[in-house]
Amino acid sequence: MKHPIELKINGDIYSLAVDPWRTLNEVLREDLHLTGTKLGCGSGDCGACTVLVDGRSVSSCLTLALEVQGKEIQTVEGLAPSGDTLHPIQEAFVEKGAIQCGFCTSGMEMSAAYLLSQNSSPTEQEIREGLSGHLCRCTGYIQIVDAISDAAQKMKQS
Amino acid sequence: MTLPKFEYFAPESLDEAQQLLLDQGVGAHLLAGGTDLLVKMNHGLLKPASVIALKHIKELEAITYDPKEGLKIGATALLADVAAHADIRKHYPAIAAGAHETANVQIRNMGTVAGNLCNAAPSADNAPTLLAMDAEVEIKSATGERRLPLDQFFKGPGQNALASGEILTAIHVPAPGSGEGVSYQHISARGKVDISAVCVGVMVHMAENGCDDVRIFLGAVAPVPMRAAKAEALVRGKQLTEETIEAAGIAAMEESQPITDVRSSADYRKKMVAVLTRRALAEARDRALKR
Ligand SMILES: Cc1cc2nc3c(=O)[nH]c(=O)nc-3n(C[C@H](O)[C@H](O)[C@H](O)COP(=O)(O)OP(=O)(O)OC[C@H]3O[C@@H](n4cnc5c(N)ncnc54)[C@H](O)[C@@H]3O)c2cc1C
Ligand code: FES
Ligand code: FES
Repeated sequence: MKHPIELKINGDIYSLAVDPWRTLNEVLREDLHLTGTKLGCGSGDCGACTVLVDGRSVSSCLTLALEVQGKEIQTVEGLAPSGDTLHPIQEAFVEKGAIQCGFCTSGMEMSAAYLLSQNSSPTEQEIREGLSGHLCRCTGYIQIVDAISDAAQKMKQS
Repeated sequence: MTLPKFEYFAPESLDEAQQLLLDQGVGAHLLAGGTDLLVKMNHGLLKPASVIALKHIKELEAITYDPKEGLKIGATALLADVAAHADIRKHYPAIAAGAHETANVQIRNMGTVAGNLCNAAPSADNAPTLLAMDAEVEIKSATGERRLPLDQFFKGPGQNALASGEILTAIHVPAPGSGEGVSYQHISARGKVDISAVCVGVMVHMAENGCDDVRIFLGAVAPVPMRAAKAEALVRGKQLTEETIEAAGIAAMEESQPITDVRSSADYRKKMVAVLTRRALAEARDRALKR
């Protein structure tokens, strides 16, 4: 049986009818076509599906859509302040070569946003711990860690 | 990657949840963070007829600490919130460490300590310390409530002592006394992120003439977290010198009964039991002497 719900995503309200067994990941990607959020492992191991719920990073592949009714959801589509300005985290990822195939990127950026909301000047170790729930098959992580520490600087200056 | 079909309920009070659990019967499964439940459902290992979510019940979230009553961790308190809680970090550093070293950031923002215990994996990171500290679980159902020492809660891999209709509502941990020290140590393949290959929780009480009370629990080396009674016997009544600690580590290694699986070989696990028991005893002793 479908349940009527309202989801608040990147500040917009969506009214939907959702089957209980559908994950937030499925609803974002398949119903709302917000495909910036990826699906990798589906079991909590890779981080590609990471979004923020009430400001905290979670795996959307292990979250039932019905569980986040009424909460503030932020996806990578909501990270940039406008259509033609990138978020400092995104700028830093581009500048530091932290993106290759890009599959892990949106999840990495959401975890970076969460980390920097908790700790505005993380050490390299803290950045690595913050990314412990992510896998990247391309970059070797070094550029990603650099990008996040660069983003922290940029965000403090602005 | 589609989950099997089920009915979903989101009760807002414990009474309502208990009644639902009774009405829905054996096909009903409780959902806390879902980080074990949804993985099992995704892998086709579990097909609940209904899922009853606990996170909408306000009375289950609280973490409270009182110097006399001790610590109470509500069923839906998140691993991340237990790890960051100021009183837990100060008075129960090994519990904070266990929660902080469970899984990764996202999973800790979703998963709960209670879910970790109810899931009853032999490797559960939060079990050894809570066992060593003599924790109890508070259990409620539509027909009554009871308290159970945690060392009677684990019945086998994935099996706990809850009867159909029962909900674990909170975990109670006694207030640490002076002269008491606790440590949690574990090791796993993917840094600290992965499920533990071996984990050890130790509580010691130090008096003038040495250690007069000790509890040592080993995870991931038996079907349930196991008490290392022989190692404890070597330590009780003694000063915790390097020799005593070394001997206790060897005794724990000998009494552990690990298997070989994807995470590590039985042989490696045994060696790590000796190492981690030693480290945990030394840290618990040092913490006890500071209190
Ligand atoms: C990527 C990943 C990494 C992980 N790493 C670790 C790790 O390093 N160490 C570790 O120990 N675990 C790990 N886990 C397992 C899991 O995250 C933990 O066991 C977590 O604490 C489970 O809590 P939960 O709230 O998500 O439980 P859920 O999945 O919601 O529930 C688990 C089980 O307990 C039952 N249950 C939950 N709450 C109650 C209650 N109050 N009363 C009665 N029954 C209840 C549920 O019905 C279910 O059967 C990992 C999982 C993932 C996906
Ligand atoms: S897709 Fe969710 S963690 Fe991999
Ligand atoms: S850039 Fe390809 S997986 Fe990370």
